[in-house]
Amino acid sequence: MKNENSYLVSGLLNQQFLLPDLLDEIPVGIAILDVNGKIKIVNHTWQTITGAEPGSITGLKCMLGLRCDYCFKGCPIMSGKTDFDAIATDADIIDRSRIKIPIRLTISPLFSNDKKLSGFVETIQDIRQVAELSSSASKAYSLGGLVGTSPQMVKVFSMIPSIAGTDSSVLITGETGTGKDVLAEALHNASDRAGSPFIKVNCGALPETLLESELFGHVKGAFTGAHENRPGRIKLAHNGSFFLTEIGDLPLALQVKLLSFLDDKEIYPLGSSKGFKANVRIIVATHRDLKQMVLDKTFRADLLFRLNVVHLHLPPLRERGEDILLLKNHFLKEYCTKFNKKIRGFTKKAAKILLGYHFPGNVRELRNVVEYAVNFCDRDCIGAEHLPAYLTEQDILRPVIESAKVSSELPPQKEYSPAESWDHAEKRMIIEALIKNGGRKADAAKSLGWSRSTFWRKMNKHAING
Amino acid sequence: MDIKLLIPLFNDEVAPRFDLATDVLLVKIRSTGEYDERIVVLPQASADDLCALATSDNAHTIICGGIDNEHYQYLIWKGIKVLDNVIGPVKIILKAHKAGTITAGSNFYSF
Repeated sequence: MKNENSYLVSGLLNQQFLLPDLLDEIPVGIAILDVNGKIKIVNHTWQTITGAEPGSITGLKCMLGLRCDYCFKGCPIMSGKTDFDAIATDADIIDRSRIKIPIRLTISPLFSNDKKLSGFVETIQDIRQVAELSSSASKAYSLGGLVGTSPQMVKVFSMIPSIAGTDSSVLITGETGTGKDVLAEALHNASDRAGSPFIKVNCGALPETLLESELFGHVKGAFTGAHENRPGRIKLAHNGSFFLTEIGDLPLALQVKLLSFLDDKEIYPLGSSKGFKANVRIIVATHRDLKQMVLDKTFRADLLFRLNVVHLHLPPLRERGEDILLLKNHFLKEYCTKFNKKIRGFTKKAAKILLGYHFPGNVRELRNVVEYAVNFCDRDCIGAEHLPAYLTEQDILRPVIESAKVSSELPPQKEYSPAESWDHAEKRMIIEALIKNGGRKADAAKSLGWSRSTFWRKMNKHAING
Repeated sequence: MDIKLLIPLFNDEVAPRFDLATDVLLVKIRSTGEYDERIVVLPQASADDLCALATSDNAHTIICGGIDNEHYQYLIWKGIKVLDNVIGPVKIILKAHKAGTITAGSNFYSF
């Protein structure tokens, strides 16, 4: 056991004082190690974080006292290195009460006056709160279930509060699986109507005859089988929001009736001449090109104008770049919690496959892929072998997708022609932004939400000369 | 009846972390008092794999360093005795086990 005098500090202040007294006043865990990496002295905070009794660890190798994962992942002291620069890293320890604590660890060598190594100083900070904050900060990239950091999504997020504050009709467009339903619900939840009902009807899910009764209701005896009065979904949404998804599938006859309701906000149940004034906010969504449908005379132009007060477009996943990485981690976390699994992430190969895939089913498909992978993963990292086979054998699915496109009654949206990959989409975005801004790079960069240097770097990457 | 011990290793001492050990010492203690030792090398460090090894090998006791509460409670639930926070060279620990002087938190390094 060292004599107290061993830790006397002289020359710093007018009087001598003990080093432990000084260290104990510092709110960071500090350990002083000798040249062999053995613990000489630790302060109170170090003991509090690790839970170790000071008497029981003095003279032990640091890894036996600290029990940090970094000890096994290249700690220079443990590997006997003496010549290294100060290190700062995030790691974790298991304290004496068996709690795994994330820490910020720093290690620095200490040198004597004649530049000889005299020992090391190690500091640890409990970063549990920071870790919690950063996990909640990651939610800053999300709104009502929508997650993203791409400029297109940031633009949508910034528009939601102001749109939610009004009662204007909203038209949401986007390919299947881009999150139109989620956005509609987010709009409702961000509005003053949040406490009132949010009623959703899928226009494509019901036959025309049933759909009319479903939307507007009926009175007893209105048709065969109408044994009782039934309020329509619009009436149920009174004071709330009414969400019509797949509005492109709404039959023409009902389009007229919906238009009439939008004009005077009054619904007439089937078989009744008595109207009901419904105070509802209408949100509609479709994956179809309504303008093209108007030209094809399958959708009423006046209804489109009435609905298209506020138009929000959700970009397909392949045009959202790094959002794929953010979303795959988001879904991984979600399914790991749901299935009680401990998976740290994706291997580089798996991440590359996901980033390179064009995701015709968009976010919904990505979510399903991650759910599949979490189910089949028996390691702590999702590898390529845990991903659905069709991701690596895309040719198998291609004929199906192509035939589906051919058999589709309506042509795909022209306004947002599908890109082959993120690279392709990014290049197109840059060219479009440059054209839109008359070749002014600063304005084009601003419109994409990028800094000038990022914009310049990406222009170089795609060999765009401006 | 034979008793089985499982000790995660780091070189010739108890691994400071249960979840980061790749070498495991499996000890069969015969009713005659003999200790049969066998070292198993795991393909990767994993607390789950170690727990699986302990249960499949019908380990009676685990002697280890730091173990997180989740795996500790799981092993207890499986009826395995866990002596954790143990520090020291394996040889001395086995002697202490023979002598019945080992407990959770034992430190076998003398300064």
